[in-house]
Amino acid sequence: MNPSHLLDVLYLIASVTFVIGLKLLSHPESARRGNRIAAVGMALAIVGTLFLHPSEGEKAAEGTNIKLMIVGIAIGIGTIIGLLAAYRVKMTAMPQMVSIFNGLGGGCAALLAIAELKVQYAAATPLPSGLLLVLFTLFFGAVSFSGSMLAFAKLEELVKDKTLILPRHNVVNLVFIVALVALMGYMTWGVAASQGFNLGILLLVVALIYGVSFVAPIGGADMPVVISVLNSFTGLTAAAAGLIYDNLVMMVGGILVGASGSILTVLMCKAMNRSLLNVLIGSFGGSGTSSKQAEGEQVIKEVTLNDAAVQLYYSQSVVVVPGYGLAVAQAQKVCKELDELLSANGVEVKYAIHPVAGRMPGHMNVLLAEADVPYPKLLDLEDANAVLQHADIAIIVGANDVVNPAAEDDPGSPIYGMPVLKVWDAKHTIVLKRSMRSGYAGIENPLFFHKKTTMLFGDAKDSLQKLVAEVKTL
Amino acid sequence: MDVFLNFLHENLLLIYLLIFSILLGIEVISKVPTVLHTPLMSGANAIHGVVIVGAIIVVLNADPKDVLTLSLGFVAVVMGTLNVVGGFAVTDRMLEMFKKKSK
Repeated sequence: MNPSHLLDVLYLIASVTFVIGLKLLSHPESARRGNRIAAVGMALAIVGTLFLHPSEGEKAAEGTNIKLMIVGIAIGIGTIIGLLAAYRVKMTAMPQMVSIFNGLGGGCAALLAIAELKVQYAAATPLPSGLLLVLFTLFFGAVSFSGSMLAFAKLEELVKDKTLILPRHNVVNLVFIVALVALMGYMTWGVAASQGFNLGILLLVVALIYGVSFVAPIGGADMPVVISVLNSFTGLTAAAAGLIYDNLVMMVGGILVGASGSILTVLMCKAMNRSLLNVLIGSFGGSGTSSKQAEGEQVIKEVTLNDAAVQLYYSQSVVVVPGYGLAVAQAQKVCKELDELLSANGVEVKYAIHPVAGRMPGHMNVLLAEADVPYPKLLDLEDANAVLQHADIAIIVGANDVVNPAAEDDPGSPIYGMPVLKVWDAKHTIVLKRSMRSGYAGIENPLFFHKKTTMLFGDAKDSLQKLVAEVKTL
Repeated sequence: MDVFLNFLHENLLLIYLLIFSILLGIEVISKVPTVLHTPLMSGANAIHGVVIVGAIIVVLNADPKDVLTLSLGFVAVVMGTLNVVGGFAVTDRMLEMFKKKSK
Protein backbone atom coordinates (compact mmCIF):
# COMPACT_ATOMS: atom_id res chain seq x y z
CA MET A 1 0.00 0.00 0.00
CA ASN A 2 1.29 3.44 -0.85
CA PRO A 3 1.23 5.59 2.30
CA SER A 4 0.60 8.78 0.38
CA HIS A 5 -2.63 7.30 -1.02
CA LEU A 6 -3.84 6.65 2.49
CA LEU A 7 -2.90 10.24 3.34
CA ASP A 8 -5.06 11.43 0.43
CA VAL A 9 -8.02 9.60 1.96
CA LEU A 10 -7.35 11.18 5.36
CA TYR A 11 -7.20 14.64 3.76
CA LEU A 12 -10.48 13.96 1.99
CA ILE A 13 -12.14 12.96 5.25
CA ALA A 14 -10.71 16.02 6.99
CA SER A 15 -11.99 18.35 4.27
CA VAL A 16 -15.47 16.87 4.57
CA THR A 17 -15.42 17.25 8.36
CA PHE A 18 -14.56 20.95 7.94
CA VAL A 19 -17.60 21.51 5.73
CA ILE A 20 -19.91 19.49 7.98
CA GLY A 21 -18.43 21.12 11.07
CA LEU A 22 -19.08 24.64 9.79
CA LYS A 23 -22.58 23.64 8.75
CA LEU A 24 -23.40 22.22 12.19
CA LEU A 25 -21.83 25.26 13.85
CA SER A 26 -24.62 27.35 12.40
CA HIS A 27 -27.35 25.84 14.62
CA PRO A 28 -27.36 26.22 18.39
CA GLU A 29 -28.25 22.57 19.10
CA SER A 30 -25.66 21.01 16.83
CA ALA A 31 -22.89 23.60 17.14
CA ARG A 32 -20.82 21.76 19.72
CA ARG A 33 -20.94 18.53 17.75
CA GLY A 34 -19.89 20.44 14.63
CA ASN A 35 -16.86 21.90 16.36
CA ARG A 36 -15.81 18.49 17.63
CA ILE A 37 -16.25 16.84 14.23
CA ALA A 38 -14.02 19.47 12.63
CA ALA A 39 -11.47 18.97 15.43
CA VAL A 40 -11.36 15.22 14.77
CA GLY A 41 -10.82 15.90 11.07
CA MET A 42 -8.00 18.29 11.91
CA ALA A 43 -6.35 15.68 14.14
CA LEU A 44 -6.52 13.12 11.31
CA ALA A 45 -4.92 15.57 8.89
CA ILE A 46 -2.11 16.47 11.30
CA VAL A 47 -1.26 12.93 12.44
CA GLY A 48 -1.57 11.67 8.88
CA THR A 49 0.88 14.29 7.61
CA LEU A 50 3.35 13.40 10.34
CA PHE A 51 3.55 9.72 9.52
CA LEU A 52 2.40 9.31 5.94
CA HIS A 53 3.75 12.33 4.09
CA PRO A 54 6.07 11.20 1.28
CA SER A 55 9.63 12.57 1.26
CA GLU A 56 10.25 15.30 -1.27
CA GLY A 57 13.59 16.86 -2.10
CA GLU A 58 17.00 15.26 -1.90
CA LYS A 59 17.66 15.47 1.81
CA ALA A 60 14.09 14.88 2.87
CA ALA A 61 14.57 11.19 3.59
CA GLU A 62 17.36 11.79 6.07
CA GLY A 63 17.00 12.12 9.80
CA THR A 64 13.31 11.29 9.93
CA ASN A 65 13.38 10.48 13.62
CA ILE A 66 14.91 13.78 14.59
CA LYS A 67 12.38 15.67 12.51
CA LEU A 68 9.48 13.74 13.98
CA MET A 69 10.83 14.57 17.41
CA ILE A 70 11.08 18.26 16.54
CA VAL A 71 7.49 18.34 15.31
CA GLY A 72 6.33 16.24 18.26
CA ILE A 73 7.88 18.60 20.81
CA ALA A 74 6.48 21.63 18.98
CA ILE A 75 2.98 20.14 18.96
CA GLY A 76 3.34 19.22 22.63
CA ILE A 77 4.30 22.76 23.63
CA GLY A 78 1.55 24.28 21.48
CA THR A 79 -1.08 21.92 22.88
CA ILE A 80 -0.24 22.58 26.52
CA ILE A 81 -0.16 26.37 26.17
CA GLY A 82 -3.21 26.35 23.89
CA LEU A 83 -5.31 24.31 26.31
CA LEU A 84 -4.22 26.33 29.33
CA ALA A 85 -5.07 29.58 27.55
CA ALA A 86 -8.38 28.27 26.24
CA TYR A 87 -9.60 27.03 29.62
CA ARG A 88 -8.37 29.95 31.66
CA VAL A 89 -9.57 32.84 29.55
CA LYS A 90 -12.58 34.70 30.86
CA MET A 91 -15.60 34.82 28.60
CA THR A 92 -15.33 38.61 28.53
CA ALA A 93 -11.86 38.35 27.03
CA MET A 94 -13.00 36.07 24.24
CA PRO A 95 -12.43 38.59 21.42
CA GLN A 96 -8.81 39.06 22.50
CA MET A 97 -8.29 35.30 22.63
CA VAL A 98 -9.71 34.73 19.16
CA SER A 99 -7.55 37.56 17.90
CA ILE A 100 -4.37 36.01 19.32
CA PHE A 101 -5.09 32.54 17.99
CA ASN A 102 -5.83 34.04 14.61
CA GLY A 103 -2.56 35.95 14.60
CA LEU A 104 -0.62 32.82 15.49
CA GLY A 105 -2.13 31.05 12.50
CA GLY A 106 -0.96 33.92 10.32
CA GLY A 107 2.48 33.82 11.94
CA CYS A 108 2.71 30.09 11.26
CA ALA A 109 2.00 30.75 7.57
CA ALA A 110 4.55 33.58 7.37
CA LEU A 111 7.35 31.45 8.85
CA LEU A 112 6.45 28.58 6.59
CA ALA A 113 6.69 30.91 3.63
CA ILE A 114 10.13 32.16 4.71
CA ALA A 115 11.40 28.59 4.92
CA GLU A 116 9.84 27.79 1.56
CA LEU A 117 11.36 30.91 0.00
CA LYS A 118 14.78 29.49 0.75
CA VAL A 119 13.87 26.32 -1.12
CA GLN A 120 12.46 28.24 -4.07
CA TYR A 121 15.51 30.47 -4.55
CA ALA A 122 17.81 27.47 -4.20
CA ALA A 123 16.29 26.03 -7.38
CA ALA A 124 18.19 26.71 -10.62
CA THR A 125 15.29 28.57 -12.22
CA PRO A 126 12.60 29.57 -9.71
CA LEU A 127 9.13 29.43 -11.21
CA PRO A 128 7.32 32.80 -11.06
CA SER A 129 4.01 31.13 -10.19
CA GLY A 130 5.58 29.25 -7.28
CA LEU A 131 7.37 32.35 -6.03
CA LEU A 132 4.24 34.46 -6.23
CA LEU A 133 2.32 31.99 -4.11
CA VAL A 134 5.04 31.93 -1.47
CA LEU A 135 5.27 35.72 -1.41
CA PHE A 136 1.49 36.02 -1.18
CA THR A 137 1.49 33.64 1.79
CA LEU A 138 4.32 35.56 3.41
CA PHE A 139 2.60 38.91 2.93
CA PHE A 140 -0.86 37.96 4.19
CA GLY A 141 0.50 35.78 6.98
CA ALA A 142 2.63 38.63 8.29
CA VAL A 143 -0.14 41.23 8.02
CA SER A 144 -2.54 38.91 9.77
CA PHE A 145 -0.01 38.25 12.55
CA SER A 146 0.94 41.81 13.41
CA GLY A 147 -2.59 43.12 12.75
CA SER A 148 -4.10 40.58 15.13
CA MET A 149 -1.53 41.36 17.79
CA LEU A 150 -2.39 45.06 17.62
CA ALA A 151 -6.09 44.19 17.68
CA PHE A 152 -5.41 42.18 20.82
CA ALA A 153 -3.53 45.06 22.39
CA LYS A 154 -6.34 47.48 21.57
CA LEU A 155 -9.06 45.20 22.96
CA GLU A 156 -7.01 44.63 26.08
CA GLU A 157 -6.65 48.41 26.23
CA LEU A 158 -2.88 48.20 26.25
CA VAL A 159 -2.89 50.56 23.28
CA LYS A 160 -5.28 53.46 22.99
CA ASP A 161 -7.15 53.89 19.74
CA LYS A 162 -5.65 57.21 18.85
CA THR A 163 -1.99 56.67 19.73
CA LEU A 164 -0.92 55.05 16.48
CA ILE A 165 -2.74 57.18 13.97
CA LEU A 166 -0.46 59.16 11.70
CA PRO A 167 -1.44 62.26 9.79
CA ARG A 168 -2.87 61.20 6.41
CA HIS A 169 -2.95 57.63 7.54
CA ASN A 170 -4.83 56.46 4.45
CA VAL A 171 -2.09 57.76 2.19
CA VAL A 172 0.54 56.07 4.33
CA ASN A 173 -1.28 52.77 4.00
CA LEU A 174 -1.63 53.20 0.28
CA VAL A 175 2.11 53.82 -0.04
CA PHE A 176 2.73 50.64 1.96
CA ILE A 177 0.58 48.60 -0.39
CA VAL A 178 2.21 49.97 -3.53
CA ALA A 179 5.68 49.41 -2.08
CA LEU A 180 4.86 45.86 -1.00
CA VAL A 181 3.36 44.91 -4.36
CA ALA A 182 6.35 46.40 -6.15
CA LEU A 183 8.73 44.49 -3.89
CA MET A 184 6.87 41.25 -4.53
CA GLY A 185 6.96 41.87 -8.28
CA TYR A 186 10.69 42.56 -8.17
CA MET A 187 11.33 39.45 -6.10
CA THR A 188 9.39 37.35 -8.59
CA TRP A 189 10.72 38.59 -11.90
CA GLY A 190 13.68 40.85 -11.36
CA VAL A 191 15.90 39.62 -8.59
CA ALA A 192 19.00 37.40 -8.66
CA ALA A 193 18.32 34.18 -6.76
CA SER A 194 21.14 34.89 -4.30
CA GLN A 195 19.45 38.14 -3.21
CA GLY A 196 15.99 36.68 -3.02
CA PHE A 197 16.05 35.33 0.52
CA ASN A 198 17.32 38.54 2.09
CA LEU A 199 14.65 40.51 0.29
CA GLY A 200 12.18 37.98 1.69
CA ILE A 201 13.20 39.05 5.19
CA LEU A 202 12.72 42.68 4.15
CA LEU A 203 9.27 41.82 2.82
CA LEU A 204 8.44 40.12 6.12
CA VAL A 205 9.47 43.17 8.13
CA VAL A 206 7.62 45.66 5.94
CA ALA A 207 4.50 43.48 5.89
CA LEU A 208 4.61 43.25 9.70
CA ILE A 209 4.76 47.03 9.96
CA TYR A 210 1.98 47.37 7.42
CA GLY A 211 -0.21 45.02 9.48
CA VAL A 212 0.11 47.39 12.43
CA SER A 213 -0.53 50.40 10.25
CA PHE A 214 -3.56 48.67 8.69
CA VAL A 215 -5.28 48.09 12.04
CA ALA A 216 -4.09 51.30 13.71
CA PRO A 217 -6.81 53.71 12.52
CA ILE A 218 -9.63 51.25 13.21
CA GLY A 219 -11.03 51.23 16.67
CA GLY A 220 -14.04 51.53 18.88
CA ALA A 221 -17.11 49.68 17.76
CA ASP A 222 -15.35 48.55 14.59
CA MET A 223 -13.00 46.10 16.30
CA PRO A 224 -15.26 43.05 15.66
CA VAL A 225 -15.11 43.77 11.95
CA VAL A 226 -11.32 43.92 11.99
CA ILE A 227 -11.08 40.60 13.79
CA SER A 228 -13.36 39.08 11.21
CA VAL A 229 -11.39 40.57 8.31
CA LEU A 230 -8.10 39.30 9.75
CA ASN A 231 -9.73 35.91 10.23
CA SER A 232 -10.52 35.67 6.55
CA PHE A 233 -7.03 36.90 5.69
CA THR A 234 -5.55 33.98 7.58
CA GLY A 235 -7.98 31.70 5.75
CA LEU A 236 -6.73 33.00 2.42
CA THR A 237 -3.16 32.56 3.58
CA ALA A 238 -3.80 28.94 4.48
CA ALA A 239 -5.34 28.37 1.06
CA ALA A 240 -2.32 29.93 -0.70
CA ALA A 241 0.03 27.81 1.39
CA GLY A 242 -2.05 24.80 0.32
CA LEU A 243 -1.41 25.71 -3.31
CA ILE A 244 2.35 25.79 -2.66
CA TYR A 245 2.28 22.16 -1.57
CA ASP A 246 -0.63 21.05 -3.76
CA ASN A 247 -2.24 20.15 -0.48
CA LEU A 248 -5.98 19.81 -0.84
CA VAL A 249 -6.98 19.87 2.83
CA MET A 250 -5.17 23.15 3.35
CA MET A 251 -6.84 24.62 0.29
CA VAL A 252 -10.34 23.53 1.28
CA GLY A 253 -9.96 24.58 4.91
CA GLY A 254 -8.41 27.91 3.96
CA ILE A 255 -10.93 28.83 1.29
CA LEU A 256 -13.88 27.84 3.46
CA VAL A 257 -12.69 30.11 6.23
CA GLY A 258 -11.75 32.87 3.81
CA ALA A 259 -15.19 32.84 2.21
CA SER A 260 -17.18 32.43 5.41
CA GLY A 261 -15.09 35.07 7.13
CA SER A 262 -15.79 37.53 4.34
CA ILE A 263 -19.52 36.89 4.52
CA LEU A 264 -19.50 37.28 8.28
CA THR A 265 -17.67 40.57 7.83
CA VAL A 266 -20.28 41.81 5.38
CA LEU A 267 -23.10 40.78 7.74
CA MET A 268 -21.49 42.76 10.53
CA CYS A 269 -21.03 45.84 8.38
CA LYS A 270 -24.70 45.61 7.47
CA ALA A 271 -25.61 45.53 11.15
CA MET A 272 -23.80 48.83 11.51
CA ASN A 273 -25.12 50.20 8.24
CA ARG A 274 -21.66 50.99 6.93
CA SER A 275 -19.61 49.74 4.04
CA LEU A 276 -16.53 47.62 4.61
CA LEU A 277 -14.37 50.24 2.95
CA ASN A 278 -15.72 52.85 5.31
CA VAL A 279 -14.82 50.68 8.29
CA LEU A 280 -11.33 49.88 7.02
CA ILE A 281 -10.46 53.46 6.21
CA GLY A 282 -11.38 53.96 9.79
CA SER A 283 -11.02 56.98 12.00
CA PHE A 284 -14.30 56.13 13.65
CA GLY A 285 -15.29 57.87 16.83
CA GLY A 286 -13.47 60.68 18.54
CA SER A 287 -13.36 62.69 15.34
CA GLY A 288 -17.16 62.81 15.35
CA THR A 289 -18.05 66.32 16.33
CA SER A 290 -21.72 65.90 16.99
CA SER A 291 -23.74 68.79 15.75
CA LYS A 292 -26.06 68.64 18.72
CA GLN A 293 -23.62 69.11 21.53
CA ALA A 294 -24.78 72.24 23.29
CA GLU A 295 -28.41 72.50 22.43
CA GLY A 296 -30.35 74.07 25.27
CA GLU A 297 -30.39 72.75 28.82
CA GLN A 298 -29.02 69.26 29.24
CA VAL A 299 -30.64 67.90 32.36
CA ILE A 300 -29.85 64.54 33.82
CA LYS A 301 -32.29 62.91 36.18
CA GLU A 302 -30.96 60.50 38.73
CA VAL A 303 -33.12 57.79 40.23
CA THR A 304 -32.79 56.34 43.72
CA LEU A 305 -32.28 52.63 44.18
CA ASN A 306 -35.58 52.28 45.95
CA ASP A 307 -37.53 54.01 43.18
CA ALA A 308 -35.85 51.96 40.51
CA ALA A 309 -36.58 48.75 42.39
CA VAL A 310 -40.24 49.66 42.85
CA GLN A 311 -40.63 50.61 39.20
CA LEU A 312 -39.11 47.36 38.05
CA TYR A 313 -40.98 45.17 40.51
CA TYR A 314 -44.44 46.48 39.71
CA SER A 315 -44.15 46.71 35.96
CA GLN A 316 -45.63 44.35 33.39
CA SER A 317 -42.67 43.96 31.12
CA VAL A 318 -38.99 44.80 31.37
CA VAL A 319 -36.42 44.71 28.60
CA VAL A 320 -32.79 44.41 29.64
CA VAL A 321 -30.26 45.89 27.23
CA PRO A 322 -26.84 44.51 28.08
CA GLY A 323 -23.63 46.00 26.73
CA TYR A 324 -19.94 45.60 27.22
CA GLY A 325 -20.17 47.32 30.59
CA LEU A 326 -22.11 44.33 31.88
CA ALA A 327 -19.34 42.08 30.69
CA VAL A 328 -16.56 44.17 32.21
CA ALA A 329 -18.31 44.22 35.57
CA GLN A 330 -18.87 40.44 35.35
CA ALA A 331 -22.48 41.24 36.16
CA GLN A 332 -24.25 38.67 34.02
CA LYS A 333 -25.06 36.39 36.98
CA VAL A 334 -26.48 39.18 39.14
CA CYS A 335 -28.46 40.29 36.14
CA LYS A 336 -29.96 36.82 35.92
CA GLU A 337 -30.76 36.95 39.66
CA LEU A 338 -32.69 40.20 39.20
CA ASP A 339 -34.45 38.60 36.26
CA GLU A 340 -35.57 35.67 38.46
CA LEU A 341 -36.88 37.93 41.22
CA LEU A 342 -38.87 40.01 38.77
CA SER A 343 -40.16 36.99 36.88
CA ALA A 344 -41.38 35.50 40.17
CA ASN A 345 -43.59 38.56 40.53
CA GLY A 346 -45.05 38.06 37.07
CA VAL A 347 -42.93 40.60 35.27
CA GLU A 348 -42.08 39.56 31.77
CA VAL A 349 -38.31 39.94 31.37
CA LYS A 350 -36.61 39.89 27.98
CA TYR A 351 -33.11 40.72 26.79
CA ALA A 352 -32.47 42.89 23.75
CA ILE A 353 -29.26 41.96 22.02
CA HIS A 354 -27.82 44.29 19.43
CA PRO A 355 -25.83 42.50 16.72
CA VAL A 356 -22.67 44.38 17.61
CA ALA A 357 -23.19 44.65 21.37
CA GLY A 358 -20.05 43.73 23.26
CA ARG A 359 -16.82 43.64 21.35
CA MET A 360 -17.53 40.75 19.09
CA PRO A 361 -20.80 39.87 17.35
CA GLY A 362 -22.72 37.45 19.53
CA HIS A 363 -20.45 38.19 22.49
CA MET A 364 -23.42 39.11 24.72
CA ASN A 365 -25.17 35.87 23.91
CA VAL A 366 -22.15 33.92 25.06
CA LEU A 367 -21.97 35.89 28.32
CA LEU A 368 -25.67 35.50 29.08
CA ALA A 369 -25.47 31.82 28.19
CA GLU A 370 -22.71 31.58 30.79
CA ALA A 371 -25.20 32.92 33.35
CA ASP A 372 -27.85 30.38 32.29
CA VAL A 373 -30.29 32.87 30.82
CA PRO A 374 -32.72 30.79 28.73
CA TYR A 375 -32.28 31.10 24.98
CA PRO A 376 -35.86 32.26 24.12
CA LYS A 377 -35.48 35.30 26.37
CA LEU A 378 -32.88 36.79 24.07
CA LEU A 379 -34.35 38.97 21.34
CA ASP A 380 -32.52 40.16 18.26
CA LEU A 381 -32.72 43.72 16.98
CA GLU A 382 -36.04 43.57 15.11
CA ASP A 383 -37.93 41.53 17.70
CA ALA A 384 -36.52 43.67 20.47
CA ASN A 385 -37.68 46.90 18.87
CA ALA A 386 -41.17 45.44 18.46
CA VAL A 387 -41.26 44.41 22.12
CA LEU A 388 -39.82 47.74 23.28
CA GLN A 389 -42.84 49.60 21.91
CA HIS A 390 -45.04 48.00 24.55
CA ALA A 391 -42.47 47.57 27.29
CA ASP A 392 -42.85 49.40 30.58
CA ILE A 393 -39.19 49.72 31.36
CA ALA A 394 -36.00 49.37 29.41
CA ILE A 395 -33.06 48.89 31.72
CA ILE A 396 -29.71 49.54 30.09
CA VAL A 397 -26.74 47.85 31.67
CA GLY A 398 -23.45 49.09 30.34
CA ALA A 399 -24.60 49.59 26.75
CA ASN A 400 -24.18 52.97 25.12
CA ASP A 401 -23.67 53.31 21.39
CA VAL A 402 -26.24 50.66 20.47
CA VAL A 403 -28.98 52.68 22.22
CA ASN A 404 -27.97 56.07 20.91
CA PRO A 405 -30.90 58.00 19.39
CA ALA A 406 -28.42 60.15 17.44
CA ALA A 407 -28.16 57.21 15.03
CA GLU A 408 -31.75 57.97 14.05
CA ASP A 409 -32.05 61.72 14.10
CA ASP A 410 -28.63 63.38 14.07
CA PRO A 411 -27.00 63.33 10.61
CA GLY A 412 -23.88 64.89 12.15
CA SER A 413 -23.25 61.88 14.37
CA PRO A 414 -20.65 59.36 13.24
CA ILE A 415 -23.08 56.53 13.88
CA TYR A 416 -25.97 58.13 11.98
CA GLY A 417 -27.84 55.43 10.11
CA MET A 418 -26.71 52.52 12.27
CA PRO A 419 -29.73 50.44 13.33
CA VAL A 420 -30.12 50.84 17.09
CA LEU A 421 -32.32 49.51 19.87
CA LYS A 422 -35.11 52.05 20.29
CA VAL A 423 -35.21 52.02 24.05
CA TRP A 424 -36.89 55.43 24.09
CA ASP A 425 -40.04 53.70 22.79
CA ALA A 426 -40.47 52.04 26.16
CA LYS A 427 -42.53 53.96 28.72
CA HIS A 428 -39.50 54.49 30.87
CA THR A 429 -35.76 54.00 30.62
CA ILE A 430 -33.29 53.33 33.41
CA VAL A 431 -29.63 53.63 32.51
CA LEU A 432 -27.06 51.92 34.71
CA LYS A 433 -23.79 53.64 34.08
CA ARG A 434 -20.53 54.19 35.84
CA SER A 435 -20.19 57.85 34.94
CA MET A 436 -21.10 60.32 32.24
CA ARG A 437 -18.13 59.25 30.15
CA SER A 438 -19.02 58.53 26.54
CA GLY A 439 -18.99 54.96 25.27
CA TYR A 440 -16.23 52.87 23.78
CA ALA A 441 -16.70 54.62 20.46
CA GLY A 442 -16.39 58.02 22.12
CA ILE A 443 -19.70 59.46 20.98
CA GLU A 444 -22.05 61.69 22.92
CA ASN A 445 -25.37 59.98 23.73
CA PRO A 446 -28.49 62.20 23.89
CA LEU A 447 -30.43 59.30 25.41
CA PHE A 448 -29.07 60.22 28.84
CA PHE A 449 -30.78 63.62 28.61
CA HIS A 450 -34.03 62.21 27.26
CA LYS A 451 -37.14 63.10 29.23
CA LYS A 452 -38.06 59.45 29.80
CA THR A 453 -34.60 58.54 31.02
CA THR A 454 -33.37 58.24 34.57
CA MET A 455 -29.81 57.41 35.50
CA LEU A 456 -28.50 55.09 38.17
CA PHE A 457 -24.78 55.77 38.54
CA GLY A 458 -22.32 53.18 39.75
CA ASP A 459 -20.53 50.01 38.74
CA ALA A 460 -22.97 47.77 36.84
CA LYS A 461 -22.53 44.79 39.12
CA ASP A 462 -22.70 46.87 42.24
CA SER A 463 -25.87 48.64 41.14
CA LEU A 464 -27.52 45.41 40.11
CA GLN A 465 -26.66 43.81 43.44
CA LYS A 466 -28.16 46.74 45.31
CA LEU A 467 -31.25 46.56 43.09
CA VAL A 468 -31.59 42.86 43.86
CA ALA A 469 -31.33 43.62 47.58
CA GLU A 470 -33.96 46.37 47.27
CA VAL A 471 -36.35 44.21 45.31
CA LYS A 472 -36.05 41.50 47.94
CA THR A 473 -37.31 43.88 50.62
CA LEU A 474 -40.45 44.72 48.65
CA MET B 1 -5.52 34.49 -24.48
CA ASP B 2 -4.01 31.10 -25.31
CA VAL B 3 -1.87 31.23 -22.24
CA PHE B 4 -4.88 31.95 -20.12
CA LEU B 5 -6.96 29.15 -21.65
CA ASN B 6 -4.11 26.70 -21.29
CA PHE B 7 -3.71 27.65 -17.67
CA LEU B 8 -7.43 27.10 -17.13
CA HIS B 9 -7.26 23.77 -18.88
CA GLU B 10 -4.32 22.49 -16.88
CA ASN B 11 -5.75 23.56 -13.56
CA LEU B 12 -9.39 22.91 -14.28
CA LEU B 13 -10.11 20.70 -11.27
CA LEU B 14 -8.36 23.12 -8.92
CA ILE B 15 -10.43 25.98 -10.24
CA TYR B 16 -13.61 23.97 -9.77
CA LEU B 17 -12.51 23.23 -6.22
CA LEU B 18 -11.78 26.90 -5.58
CA ILE B 19 -15.13 28.14 -6.85
CA PHE B 20 -17.21 25.46 -5.17
CA SER B 21 -15.40 25.93 -1.85
CA ILE B 22 -16.08 29.66 -1.99
CA LEU B 23 -19.76 29.09 -2.75
CA LEU B 24 -19.98 26.47 -0.05
CA GLY B 25 -18.34 28.74 2.51
CA ILE B 26 -20.78 31.54 1.69
CA GLU B 27 -23.79 29.23 1.64
CA VAL B 28 -23.00 27.58 4.97
CA ILE B 29 -22.48 30.84 6.80
CA SER B 30 -25.16 33.11 5.43
CA LYS B 31 -27.94 31.60 7.55
CA VAL B 32 -26.15 31.70 10.88
CA PRO B 33 -28.10 33.40 13.68
CA THR B 34 -26.26 36.26 15.40
CA VAL B 35 -26.25 34.25 18.62
CA LEU B 36 -23.64 32.01 17.12
CA HIS B 37 -21.37 34.56 15.49
CA THR B 38 -18.74 34.47 18.20
CA PRO B 39 -18.42 30.67 18.39
CA LEU B 40 -18.56 30.48 14.62
CA MET B 41 -15.76 32.96 14.17
CA SER B 42 -13.74 31.13 16.75
CA GLY B 43 -14.47 27.74 15.13
CA ALA B 44 -13.56 29.00 11.66
CA ASN B 45 -10.44 30.45 13.24
CA ALA B 46 -9.45 26.97 14.44
CA ILE B 47 -10.07 25.50 10.98
CA HIS B 48 -7.64 27.82 9.21
CA GLY B 49 -5.08 26.46 11.64
CA VAL B 50 -4.85 23.68 9.05
CA VAL B 51 -1.89 25.71 7.82
CA ILE B 52 0.05 23.73 10.43
CA VAL B 53 0.06 20.85 7.92
CA GLY B 54 2.28 23.02 5.72
CA ALA B 55 4.59 23.79 8.65
CA ILE B 56 4.95 20.06 9.37
CA ILE B 57 5.79 19.44 5.72
CA VAL B 58 8.49 22.13 5.91
CA VAL B 59 10.17 20.32 8.78
CA LEU B 60 9.80 16.88 7.19
CA ASN B 61 11.28 18.02 3.87
CA ALA B 62 14.15 19.93 5.42
CA ASP B 63 17.78 18.93 5.32
CA PRO B 64 18.47 17.65 8.87
CA LYS B 65 21.58 19.86 9.01
CA ASP B 66 19.70 23.00 7.97
CA VAL B 67 19.21 24.54 11.39
CA LEU B 68 17.53 27.70 10.09
CA THR B 69 14.73 25.86 8.28
CA LEU B 70 14.25 23.44 11.17
CA SER B 71 13.98 26.31 13.67
CA LEU B 72 11.56 28.23 11.47
CA GLY B 73 9.51 25.05 11.10
CA PHE B 74 9.61 24.39 14.84
CA VAL B 75 8.28 27.82 15.75
CA ALA B 76 5.71 27.61 12.94
CA VAL B 77 4.43 24.27 14.26
CA VAL B 78 4.15 25.67 17.80
CA MET B 79 2.15 28.64 16.50
CA GLY B 80 -0.04 26.46 14.31
CA THR B 81 -0.77 24.08 17.17
CA LEU B 82 -1.75 26.98 19.39
CA ASN B 83 -4.13 28.16 16.70
CA VAL B 84 -5.69 24.73 16.23
CA VAL B 85 -5.84 23.40 19.78
CA GLY B 86 -6.63 26.73 21.41
CA GLY B 87 -9.22 27.54 18.78
CA PHE B 88 -11.14 24.30 19.04
CA ALA B 89 -10.91 24.18 22.85
CA VAL B 90 -12.13 27.71 23.36
CA THR B 91 -15.00 27.19 20.92
CA ASP B 92 -15.97 24.01 22.72
CA ARG B 93 -15.99 25.87 26.02
CA MET B 94 -18.30 28.54 24.64
CA LEU B 95 -20.67 26.06 23.07
CA GLU B 96 -20.87 24.03 26.24
CA MET B 97 -22.72 26.95 27.77
CA PHE B 98 -25.19 27.10 24.93
CA LYS B 99 -25.95 23.44 25.36
CA LYS B 100 -26.84 23.64 29.04
CA LYS B 101 -29.82 25.86 28.47
CA SER B 102 -31.14 24.42 25.22
CA LYS B 103 -32.70 21.63 27.31
